Amino acid sequence: MTRQKKQFEIWSVITILFLFFFCIFLIFPLFGILKQSVVDVEAGGLSLKHFQRFFSQRYYSQTIFNSVKVTIAITVCTLLIGVPFAYFYSFYRLRGAKFLFVISILCVMSAPFIGAYSWILLLGRSGIITQFLKHVFGLQIGSIYGFDGILLVQSLKLFPLVFIYMNGAFKNIDRSLLEASANLGCVGVKRFFKVILNLSMPTLLAASLIVFMRAFADFGTPLLIGEGYRTFPVEIYNQYLGEVGTDYNFAAAISVLAIIMTAIVFLIQKWATSHYQFSINALNPMEKKDPKGIRGILVYLYCYLLVIIAFVPQLYVIYLSFRNSDQAIFKEGYSLASYRAALDKLLVRSINNTLLLGIGTLAIIIVFSVLIAYLVVRRKSFLNNAIDTLSMIPYIMPGSVIGIALVIAFSRPPLVLTGTMAIMIASFTIRRMPYSIRSANATLMQIPMSIEEAAISLGASKLKTFAKITVPMMSSGIISGAILSWVSIVTELSSSIILYNNRTITLTMSAYMAISRGNYGLACAFATVLTALTTISLLAYLYISKSEDIKL
Amino acid sequence: MREKITIKHAKKVYGSAVIIPDLNLEIDEGEFFTLLGPSGCGKTTLLRMIAGFNTIEGGEFFFNDKLINTINPAKRNIGMVFQNYAIFPHLSVRKNVEFGLRNKHVDKQTIRAKAEEYLKLMQIEKLADRMPAQLSGGQQQRVALARALCIEPHVLLMDEPLSNLDAKLRVEMRAVIKDIQHRVGITTVYVTHDQEEAMAISDRIAVMKDGVIQHVGTPQNIYQRPANIFVSTFIGRSNIFEGTMRIDGNMPKVKIHDYEYEAPQVKEDWRSTEKVRVSVRPEELVMHPGGGEGLSAVIDDRVFLGLNTHYFMHLSDDMPVEVIEESSFDNRFKIGDSVSLTVNTKRINIFTHDTALNIVEGVENDVPVEV
Repeated sequence: MTRQKKQFEIWSVITILFLFFFCIFLIFPLFGILKQSVVDVEAGGLSLKHFQRFFSQRYYSQTIFNSVKVTIAITVCTLLIGVPFAYFYSFYRLRGAKFLFVISILCVMSAPFIGAYSWILLLGRSGIITQFLKHVFGLQIGSIYGFDGILLVQSLKLFPLVFIYMNGAFKNIDRSLLEASANLGCVGVKRFFKVILNLSMPTLLAASLIVFMRAFADFGTPLLIGEGYRTFPVEIYNQYLGEVGTDYNFAAAISVLAIIMTAIVFLIQKWATSHYQFSINALNPMEKKDPKGIRGILVYLYCYLLVIIAFVPQLYVIYLSFRNSDQAIFKEGYSLASYRAALDKLLVRSINNTLLLGIGTLAIIIVFSVLIAYLVVRRKSFLNNAIDTLSMIPYIMPGSVIGIALVIAFSRPPLVLTGTMAIMIASFTIRRMPYSIRSANATLMQIPMSIEEAAISLGASKLKTFAKITVPMMSSGIISGAILSWVSIVTELSSSIILYNNRTITLTMSAYMAISRGNYGLACAFATVLTALTTISLLAYLYISKSEDIKL
Repeated sequence: MREKITIKHAKKVYGSAVIIPDLNLEIDEGEFFTLLGPSGCGKTTLLRMIAGFNTIEGGEFFFNDKLINTINPAKRNIGMVFQNYAIFPHLSVRKNVEFGLRNKHVDKQTIRAKAEEYLKLMQIEKLADRMPAQLSGGQQQRVALARALCIEPHVLLMDEPLSNLDAKLRVEMRAVIKDIQHRVGITTVYVTHDQEEAMAISDRIAVMKDGVIQHVGTPQNIYQRPANIFVSTFIGRSNIFEGTMRIDGNMPKVKIHDYEYEAPQVKEDWRSTEKVRVSVRPEELVMHPGGGEGLSAVIDDRVFLGLNTHYFMHLSDDMPVEVIEESSFDNRFKIGDSVSLTVNTKRINIFTHDTALNIVEGVENDVPVEV
């Protein structure tokens, strides 16, 4: 009997290194937050009193209800506006399709609070449109603060996620399936619901989940526009750094509840998706129709109005950045005064930090996701499956929870990282990990095993095969995933607001600081620089890749 | 370099499923050897064990006298052609072909010259600087073959290399592969489920079923004297009749229904067998107008295929029978006609009823068959 010996090789070392990394930067902080949530500081020992306090006081428990209610409303809204948009985009030959695509991506890639802030300037109490309507027509529009405001801002920001996902699904529908359904007498709206939407159901559910997770964890929007409508992430932040005194333990308890909530939603989504187990692969992709007649006009009107309304806030911010201003008031005349002020207020440092953090994190994420995908897909083992599962945990952790967990874990010896770039990079890496690894896994799964076997049979070592064959073949998939990682790192707010300090301040943080100090002109200048950065990144990516393939 | 492949007591297990229980095989140097069988029979598994991509749970694999069980696949010096070609999509045709030599510390001039030689051999030297996406299926196949041969491997392994091509190209590439193999003279193991392809291309064929080799022999012998009923039905088409055998004087006589004929080809040792199965290929049945000697049947359908015409009919007990006859101008038989069928007795194969083994003279099986 001969058996091929399993050699102890470089990949086993990498597995161990990753497990070590996950233990330090994920398990340990997560455990820390769990521990903090059940520690009784005054009396010593363990207790559930923080949870008791949360549920017994309506002031706190209301936040769960609020968060869930507004998040569900946002998810439904994004589907209602995003699905028709994706349908028109993928089934009609629209003029300016590229424009629609780029603008809607820019909407979803904007920093979390810019939309909220800009809508306040437009529709808020003293907003330009509000004032205009009041003075010219005597009209009163309803308040955009609270529930309605969060819903408006988030739906217009997040619908492009639904669009990107559904566009991918619609492209995958085989033309012959639609022809078959027409042949069997099912056309029009009926066909859309019975065939097209049903075929895209797994993707629709995936899109709903990602919208839900983003909206649920969003921190900037409810903070600015929520006013009395108090949500989970804001409450965590308030408890952690609030003006009314800090309570780490209570913040930790709320964090634990937030993780449980998102975990439940995640499991429900998985359960729902399991009912739609099929794979389609378009041999004959859809042929786009020319939009004609009254229907064509409506299609155009819908698409362009939607995208323009969603993008107006960013344009308005850019416009305001060139206006003269004094603190919260914009004055007549245009100048670069806001940019000069920004230069005095760490603009250069913010840009440098943003680029440094972005590039550093991106490099780590790319290396990690390629290596982990290889371990998970090509070298299945118990430990590598464990890495795969661990890498999914941050998916259900809102950004502010990750921030707090890292602070709790690394503010004491043996490892003190608070206030350093390292902790920011760790947090961004952890936050992006579930997305980048999943996208790398999917890319690698599409590469047939026989390509690597061919290289080995031609005498290449395993390491050489990985470097010369596997990695280059994965690169296109990795790059399309990296662009979104890049932009979300650059616009990250919810964990950096907890982790940043004056030395590690980023563009997003500078913009947010300016808003919170009521220095609106300055905020607009920072926000404009940020928008310029994301726009340039996106256009550069589209130019290099020459495709619309963006993975999330 | 020519290598002989010897496999002794090979065993393959996935979890609790035994894919190959105990397999012995010898493949001669320079031979074009084909593993043929239905999907799931273990043929690709065996090929991948030779290549080193599957673990070996038992047994010994030799190239000449060298045990290769524990040799890393990268060091076995094997040329492999995959079902999907596995052309590296990010490398040009030339880089694909040079890839193997670049792993071998050969100087650049030699690499270039060798690659050029095999590009020419496969008649793709004009495509050398194209990227794989710009190639047709047949061209990719040629690149895959050039790449595999360029390292001058000990053996060439091919895993269903033609199954992704259309029918016409398949026949063309089959001739190319056979021609190249003869010119290079390399020991080749070829996997396919297409019996016609196997017959056309191979020196010898091993017919596999459930991880067990049923018959190893030349295409002609496997077709004309299949070792058992499985081989007789898998290779070509066969009508299988239940029958009885008796000895009349010195002559064995086989009876199907009420039609009895002499079977002198039955081996001496097996003449006492009583219950037999008779395998008759459609072209070995001869049709006569109804009422004469032979099996009586009624024609259900007739399919004209140019050179031949296929007749589908049923016997008095409803058993379906297929007959092939060279097409004639006068259409002797029509749908609904009653006919009598006689057999071309010498070519018929006779099997025992219980073990399904062939008991006529002339079976040449290079693997021992357990009874």
